[in-house]
Amino acid sequence: MIRTPLRPLARILKAREKGENPDAIEAENIRLRREDLRDKSRLRAEGRLIVMGAMFALAYGAIGIRMGALAGTAPEEPQSASIGSPIIGQRADITDRNGRLLATNLDTHSLYAHPKDMVDPARCARELAAIFPELKEEQLLKDFTGSRKFVWIRRQLSPEQMQQVHDIGSPGLVFGPREMRLYPNGAIAAHILGGASYGREGVASAEVIGVAGIERKFDDYLRDPANEGAPLELSIDLTVQAAAEEVLAGGMSIMNAKGAASVLMDVHTGEIISMVSLPDFDPNNRPQVLLTGDQSDSPLFNRAVQGVYELGSTFKIFAVAQAMELGLVLADTLINTKGPLQWGKFRIRDFHDYGAELSTTDVIVQSSNIGTARIAMQIGAERQQDFLRGLGFMEPTPVELQEAPSGAPLLPKNWSELSTMTISYGHGLSSSPLHLATAYSSLLNGGTRVYPTLLKRDLVQSGPRVVREDISQSARDMLRQVVVRGTASFGEVEGYEVGGKTGTADKPKENGGGYYKDKVISTFASVFPANDPQYVLVVTFDEPSENSSDTPRRTAGWTAVPVAAEIIRRVAPLLGLRPQVDSLEPIGVTLTSN
Amino acid sequence: MRSILFVLAGLMVMGLAFWSYQENYKTRDAISEVRQLHAQIGQNHERLGMLRAEWAYLNRPDRLSDLAELNFERLGLLPLMPDAFGRVDQIIYPIPDLLPIIVPIEVGSDPVTEGEEAL
Repeated sequence: MIRTPLRPLARILKAREKGENPDAIEAENIRLRREDLRDKSRLRAEGRLIVMGAMFALAYGAIGIRMGALAGTAPEEPQSASIGSPIIGQRADITDRNGRLLATNLDTHSLYAHPKDMVDPARCARELAAIFPELKEEQLLKDFTGSRKFVWIRRQLSPEQMQQVHDIGSPGLVFGPREMRLYPNGAIAAHILGGASYGREGVASAEVIGVAGIERKFDDYLRDPANEGAPLELSIDLTVQAAAEEVLAGGMSIMNAKGAASVLMDVHTGEIISMVSLPDFDPNNRPQVLLTGDQSDSPLFNRAVQGVYELGSTFKIFAVAQAMELGLVLADTLINTKGPLQWGKFRIRDFHDYGAELSTTDVIVQSSNIGTARIAMQIGAERQQDFLRGLGFMEPTPVELQEAPSGAPLLPKNWSELSTMTISYGHGLSSSPLHLATAYSSLLNGGTRVYPTLLKRDLVQSGPRVVREDISQSARDMLRQVVVRGTASFGEVEGYEVGGKTGTADKPKENGGGYYKDKVISTFASVFPANDPQYVLVVTFDEPSENSSDTPRRTAGWTAVPVAAEIIRRVAPLLGLRPQVDSLEPIGVTLTSN
Repeated sequence: MRSILFVLAGLMVMGLAFWSYQENYKTRDAISEVRQLHAQIGQNHERLGMLRAEWAYLNRPDRLSDLAELNFERLGLLPLMPDAFGRVDQIIYPIPDLLPIIVPIEVGSDPVTEGEEAL
């Protein structure tokens, strides 16, 4: 750098010659040098500021861009945690109340073909037809040699079949992974479970969807990964269900019935412990829905929930309980049972003539239509409707099945006094066996309404009160008397104090116009033990006929009652109910003191 | 003095870089191990599901009642009836020892070998 001197000699000499002050030159130079220094330091400071600014801009810019990027992209799980999904990606299991499997998944394979990759389509077709008898060789050959690039062959393969297909060794036969819904118990609880099938299908996977029953109702729940594979616990007890099905199926064949249904319900919680409808089906291989004819003839039809029948005299206890609740009668009030009871053109008769008068208890025990109708006349249509509504007879059962809404009760269009009278003994109002079981539970558990459920609850329902506690007690006593000395004498099971009411109703003709003479629905609605009610069992037979004697016997006392008693004998021990023995002295324990 | 600080800072940066490099690779190892474990858990879940299904299938009430009927002479099993409830003083005492298992039966829950897995 060239440094300019402060007092350049040439200029000083020149200034001296002119007579100027040479100090001015020095001062001027000092000023210039200072200005120069100042400019330089300012430039440097400016440079530093720019660098600093740039640094800040970069830092904040980076943060800003990162924030923008984070806000703009879809949320994504951290990599290490995203691998958990295949573990719980399956449809949840369904178990019974003790955790025994009712429905689960099985990994299997599907088989499809890429005909373009096939070396010898004719051999493939021949060998496939040999493995799968339902496939036709000609059809396969047509598919393989035609213009198609992709052919589905089977949706599911067993491991043995898969190995056999492997052994064909054709590169054109390809397996895809498949998940299959398996019901290991076969037909047991078929109507409750319903069944599953495939929804959207792809080569790599297929969606398993519920098609009926609880599988359909809880489809979203079962497929929800948020449950982490937790099983759906039903209130059903598999062992009890199996025993009930076995006994009912035996009874159905002995009684030559067309169909049968039974419902076993916990009176306090409303849990359905077992619900059987026969004939049944295997949900692993669900039959086709009937396209023509009566749906109720299909095995898919759930008689316990969808089947609405006139349940006959089992309804009498409702009229009597209501009359006692209203204070119209007492258990020993005498009721006029002189028949026939004439109402317009309509006559109400009894099965036998019971004489002029019966006590209220005996109206139930002997099952007098006339007596019940007279009691119902005192109650009136309005109050009867309210009472039956309170028991759930006016709407479909709220049970968790896809089919439940189709089991809507059939009510009279015009609820006249005659309807009131006939409904009091179970004619003119059709409802499902499940309705009846729910109503019996509500009436007999102490008088509070229960709602039927198929899910494990273990919680006593505290529904609205239906009748007083003491009325519930008297109703139980009356039902117990029916078994002890009434129409249901075959229902006695030693140690379990069974109480119940029979009901035999003529079947109405399908096309209207009266009732069949030789076709009945026989029902037995029971509670056990009657002194401390725990369970309600309803057994219904469709068109039973017990032919061991000369004249076929169709009344419930001969058909439904013995079968129900056998069911109780089998399932009560399984439910952990100890038979009540008369001797109640303490056993095995000796109280001592010293 | 200043240059010592610069050198130290530089060394620290290098050290940190080395450390973070190592941590990065350790993390990747851990992640891949976790992935393997998850895959293994998934496989075991599948296997467990299969075994549970098999167990349920073999224990289905129809089969058990058929077996009880077939082996009635040997086992004498009957459906549980109310008279099965006894009193405390009816119980035999002492309970005899279980018979030794002479012919052990191989069960499906034995661990799989690699060869089977390849299927």
